[in-house]
Parts: sequence; C-alpha cells; structure tokens
Amino acid sequence: MQEGGRGSAEGKEGSVPVEGVAANGHLLAVSNLTKLFGSFAACNGIDLQIEQGEIHALLGENGAGKSTLVKMLFGVLAPTAGEILWQGQSVRIANPAAARKLGIGMVFQHFSLFEALTVAENIALSMDANISLAKVAEEASRLSHAYGLPLDPKAHVADLSVGERQRIEIVRALLQNPRLIILDEPTSVLTPQEADRLFETLYKLKAEGRSVLYISHRLEEVQRICDRATVLRHGKVTGACDPKAETPSSLARMMVGSDVAVVTAEGTSAKGQVQLEARHLTVPARTPFAVSLKNICLKVHAGEVLAIAGVAGNGQGELFDALSGEYPIADENAVQIRQRPVGSRNINARRLMGAGFVPEERHGHAAVSALPLSDNLVLARSRSDAKAFLGGGFLKIIRRDAVASATQRISEAMDVRKSGEDPPAGSLSGGNLQKFIVGRELDRQPSVLVVNQPTWGVDAGAASRIRQALVDLAKAGSAVLVISQDLDEIFEVATEIAVISDGRLSDPYPAKELSREKIGLLMGGMYGKTEGTEAAHAH
Amino acid sequence: MGIVEAILLSVITAATPLVLAAIGELVTERSGVLNLGVEGMMIMGAVSAFAITQITGSPVLGMLAGVLCGALFSQLFAFLTLTLVANQVATGLALTLLGIGVSGMMGESFLGIQGIKLQPIAIPFLADIPMLGPLLFRQDIIFYLSIALVAGVHWFLFRSRAGLKLRAVGDSHASAHALGVNVIRTRYLAVMFGGACAGLAGAQLSLVYTPQWVENMSAGRGWIALALVVFSSWRPWRVVAGGYLFGAVSISQLHAQAFGLGIPSQFLSSLPYLATIVVLILISHNRRTTLINTPASLGKPFVPDR
Repeated sequence: MQEGGRGSAEGKEGSVPVEGVAANGHLLAVSNLTKLFGSFAACNGIDLQIEQGEIHALLGENGAGKSTLVKMLFGVLAPTAGEILWQGQSVRIANPAAARKLGIGMVFQHFSLFEALTVAENIALSMDANISLAKVAEEASRLSHAYGLPLDPKAHVADLSVGERQRIEIVRALLQNPRLIILDEPTSVLTPQEADRLFETLYKLKAEGRSVLYISHRLEEVQRICDRATVLRHGKVTGACDPKAETPSSLARMMVGSDVAVVTAEGTSAKGQVQLEARHLTVPARTPFAVSLKNICLKVHAGEVLAIAGVAGNGQGELFDALSGEYPIADENAVQIRQRPVGSRNINARRLMGAGFVPEERHGHAAVSALPLSDNLVLARSRSDAKAFLGGGFLKIIRRDAVASATQRISEAMDVRKSGEDPPAGSLSGGNLQKFIVGRELDRQPSVLVVNQPTWGVDAGAASRIRQALVDLAKAGSAVLVISQDLDEIFEVATEIAVISDGRLSDPYPAKELSREKIGLLMGGMYGKTEGTEAAHAH
Repeated sequence: MGIVEAILLSVITAATPLVLAAIGELVTERSGVLNLGVEGMMIMGAVSAFAITQITGSPVLGMLAGVLCGALFSQLFAFLTLTLVANQVATGLALTLLGIGVSGMMGESFLGIQGIKLQPIAIPFLADIPMLGPLLFRQDIIFYLSIALVAGVHWFLFRSRAGLKLRAVGDSHASAHALGVNVIRTRYLAVMFGGACAGLAGAQLSLVYTPQWVENMSAGRGWIALALVVFSSWRPWRVVAGGYLFGAVSISQLHAQAFGLGIPSQFLSSLPYLATIVVLILISHNRRTTLINTPASLGKPFVPDR
C-alpha cells in the first residue's frame, strides 16, 4: 500500500514526529486484565500487545468487552485485576488525565462533546495546562489542517454534523501529542467517503510513528487498514492475527464463535399494491436541532422492502415520526396507509389499519425498561388487539393469561433469550430486547411495517435473525420500510433503496443496481440525474 | 429628593435581593443542579444577619453572617443531593420549608426590635453627579456587590477556564467526568456559591430593605429569583434586566395603590407576577438561544460508574 509513504511526506509539514519508544519491548502491553461488574466478567484475563507505529484492530461483537477494555486503558474504569505495562513500565492509570499524561489519547464512540459549547471551548476543556482560548483555537486549526480535518473553532457543536464532531474528538486527542490513539467504532457514523478521509488521517499518524488502537466490528475496514488484530468474545481474547492474512469468514468465526446465518432475500414475490405512501411530505423542524422534511415522496408496495439509507441525523427520526403518527401532520393526504389518507391520525389509528411500527430507541421509547415484557406488550397493542388482550367490557381489564401466552409465543418465534418467564425489559441484552420488540409487531402480521434502525447495537446473531424476519414478512406479502444507517444491513434486506440527506429523499433504486459508492454520494446530498453526481464520479 | 428619584431608589432596593439570589442560582444551575431551596437559604441569611447585627452591633458582621449561613445551609442540600443522590426537586422544597421553620424559631426573640441599617457608602466624585450620583453611587455595599457579582459571574463563566469547566459539567456531566473534571466537587462549590448569594440577598432584606426581623420576610422572593434564572435564559446580565423590571413593576403598583387609582389592589399586587409570565413566554420564543444556554443536565443526578 502507498499510504505510508504519502503520509510521512505530508506529516512533516504538520506536526512533530513522535520520539522513539524504548527500543526493546512493546509500546503497550496488557496482561491478564480483568474487570468484574458484580459477578459478571466484562473482561476476563485479557492479554494484548501494541507496537510502536502500528494500527492495531480490536475486533469483537457488541458486549464482547471492547469498550470496557479501552475504558480501563484510558483510566475511565479501574481494572479489578491484571497489569498494564506502558513502554515496559508497570503503570496504574487512575483517570483520563493520567492516561493523557502517559501519551494515550482517546476518541469515544459516543462523543464526549458538549453541545452548548463551541469547538474551541470543547478542545480547551481537555487541555491540562492553562492555555488561553485563543491559543487553543489557533493550535487546533493548525493541527486540523495538517491532518486534513477542517474545523471552525467558533462553531457551536450543536450545529455540527456527526463527521465534524468526530474531527473535534480527533483533534482534541492529537493536541496532547499522544503516542497511542484509541478510536472506538469511529466509522459507525460516517459516510464511506468520510471514512476514507479518516483512514488517510490514520495513515499519517502511523507514518509519524504513533500507534492506533482501532476498535471495530467491521471486518472489511479492519482488513483494509490494520496491521494486526486482537479478537475478543465474551470478555476473552479468542485470537490474535494479521487481518490481511485472514478471510472475512475466518475473522467472523473468531468474533462470533460460530458461523453467522446468511440472510437470504432471494425469491421475494412480485410487487403488489401500494401499501404505504408519502406524497410530498413536508414537515417543519420541531426543535432547533431537528431536521425538517422536505417534499418526501415514497411508495412501498406489498412484497417489497424499501430501505432508507443515510447518515444519522438527516431526518430519519422525523420521517419515522411522520409515518408512524407519533407526531401527526396537518396534511391528511401526505401519508397514506393502504391507500387511505392518515396524515392527522395518531399511531393507534394507524395500527388499527394494519400497520406496525418499531422505533429506534429500545429503552424508553419502544419499551419501558422497568416493566416486564408482558406489560410492554400490552402497552403497545392494547388498542390494536383490544379484543385479545382486554376483557370486562368498558372496564378494559387486562387478560393476563392471553398476554402471557402472547409473550411466550413472541419469545419463541424470535428466539428471545431471557431469564425467567417474564423479566423486566431492561434486564434483557440489547439484541434480545430488540428481537422481542420486532417480534411484538410481527406477531400481528402487519400489512405495513415501518422499522427505524432495526439492528442498531445488536449482536450479529440477533441481527441476522431480525433481518430474516423482515425479509420473510415482505415475502408473505407485506410492505416493509426499513430505515437504517448500516449499509450491510440495507443490502441484505432491501429490494429497493432510497437515501435520505438533510430531510430530502432520493429516488428509489433497485437494490441490485446500486453500488456503495453511489449511496455514499447520495448520502452527501448529491442526487441522481443531476450534473453534480456525474462531476463527483469523475473525481 | 424628588418623587422620581425616590421611586427609582426604591426600585433599586427592591431589585437588589432578586438579582443577588438569581445570580447565585444561575451559577448553581449552570453546573446542572436545580436548587429550589433559594427561599429557604434567603430567609436563613436574613435571620442570621439580623441576629448577628443585634448581638455585635455591626451590620457588616451581620452581612457576613448572612453570607456564611446561606453557604452552610446550602451544603446540607449539596450533601443530600450530590453525595446521597437524593431527588433535587424534593430536597430543594424541603430546604425551603426547613429554612422558613428554623428561621422563625431563631428569630423569635428578635421580633419587634428596631434593627440597625447598613449605611450607604458614597463614592467620591461619582456621588456628586446630579441624579445618577445619589441613585447609583450613594448606595449600601450590598448593592455594589450585586452589580460586581453579576459582572464577575459573567467573566467567570465565559472567560475563565474554571467557568468553562462548570458549564461543561452542566451540559454533560458524563462527558465532563470522562475528561477528568471533578463533577461532584464542581457542583458542591456551585451550590455553595448559590447559597452564599441567597444568604447575602437575605441579609439585604433584614439590613437594608426593612431593617427589622419579620417572620417569613422573604415573602416569595426566592421563588421569583428562580423564575428570573429561567427568564434570563441562564445569561448573567439578563438577570439584572429581569430583576429591575420586576422591581419596577412591584414598586409602581405600590405607588399606584397609594394614588388611589380605581383598580382593585389585588390586581395591582398580582402585576409583577403577570409581568413575569408574559416575559417568560416572550423570551422562550427563540428556542435555539434558549437551548444553547439551558444546562442540558439540569436536575439530573450524577453517579460515576466505577
């Protein structure tokens, strides 16, 4: 690969190369590191070595212990047992400030940014010494140019895109002149093009002799940019390898422990009638940070899965709210379910017409964490399934036996693993709760299903189960609309794909005809059939 | 002294305790803590200021006692909500009820005693300016302090590093913790500052406004100060604007009553509160500014996961 050479050439203008590490031994070595939460071992006897000037991947599914491990390395969590060696010296990292002092920088998955503060203020907060805000802003813009991460120091974070927010985090980490930079799932929120820019930056860091610990569950990326990989599963190291020498399936086996079922979308039946439609749907922004929807037109036919791709915060939540009726809209005709206008109808009225909805947030939106699964079932379906679940006429007494058997039926159908008969929703793992929430809607066999981020933060096994269920529902003749940020997921389930960007929806394309590059351009707001796309292609 | 001057002077005296209590609560809330105990801390400041003034004969010592008492009393709230993670709303309400009760008990032997007034300090040269001089530069020290505190708080919040950290704690305590800011300590100090300011506001009531002790003499000013913080959308100078607007309306209704206008007195006395509501509605119109300035973790308890 060419990047290393190019990076070093450019690196010289921008920043100071890192001084050499003690010649013998690793930059960072971790031995037998363990973290217990109660009796649960989030990390169990982890061994890990990171050399100078390498991009080291930490691979694993959600809940494998990756985040816990790096939180210990960065001093956010205190290890229960084990040792951390930094340049051969045993160290105890008491807090993030201590980690930064050693030369460890961190870019969090969920940004630790302050929305109400400006870029410069955010950066100044992580600097230990007393440097004036003006100086911080100057230094930050110098670094951001050197590493190709453009930023306006005076902008408020609340007004920035996710990609720009990540740049702040990276610049903030770089200002400490770190020897090791930890990136936690950095590309999960980026467009493919933004991810490419990030990789350029990482190559520059590597060329300067800095090390990068790159946390991801995306195999393709890891194979592309990482020199070595350590794989975690259930809090234990299950493999250390050169990712370029492995195949995606061998890496996946190390991550998951078994082969992941492949979702099959083949043989989806021919298009039926239009079941869900938006006609010039325009919704003003409800809050200053929300996105307004602009003239959205879409049609979902029976037997079809329309997937809406897009980077987070481009109007997905707002579109879901308008389609589900969570926030009804004035224009009655703008939303049509089974060819009847429903714009001003609420969510229960739409459910009664045969639609089902799965919102994005599991906790606090799709489910009440503290309540048992059966109560969560009743809360969602007491209106649409009043006959089955409620008795006693106008008294509307909950029929516990019917609810319990429905809960059991859903759990079995979706393979929900839970402790006990009817545990609180919050006690289930993310994947299992998501399976239950999706199953709760599927159980009604809705003729229209709208799902927002169906497998966000869900392990691979549960994700493939949910995706298969969505595909099967469409095969059985329902219209399915999936809103997702995960391109892998979109290509697995979709028959048609449209892209949302800044509240505008692109034309739909048949999934087979659309490339990832094209989607990336659409995500950036470059719509098909315009000159812009052609020009961008030419680059 | 003309009638206009007299009215303006009484507006300043009425507004000063509101500005003081509100600027303290503003700092507390900017750190993410909602302390509804302003009224209680204020009345504790009032009674202790009066008591120490009577015992020592020095209103300056009394004023300091008011500040100290307000600060100490606020630490009870801080301990309950920050260390023991009690509900902030309930604890704040309890603090107000406790303050009113305890102050009534402490002040029993001081009822009906003529107090000693905190004397004005004339600032050389400036005090001789016609009109402005007597109004602004022949005032008691608490008035000067109130303006200096607002200026100081503005500088602290938006220019100093410690202020930046405090705003960061109020915006996202988890992120601030991850950056190594001591969230709990920051909040203890912010609550203490709020208590000290409320105590000073109380001292103003019993040493300047009406130099005597009357049970429950804060008369809801702590609640108005809380509303002023929202009114100001957490920006210090707007506290002054709000405080003086409120002071002006409440004084003018007194004068209107004295002139015997044919308006029911109950309506006139409710004017200040109506004015507050109207202004609150108008100000919350610009939602973007409000959101940028509203401390996002206001009222949320912080428990580090360790």
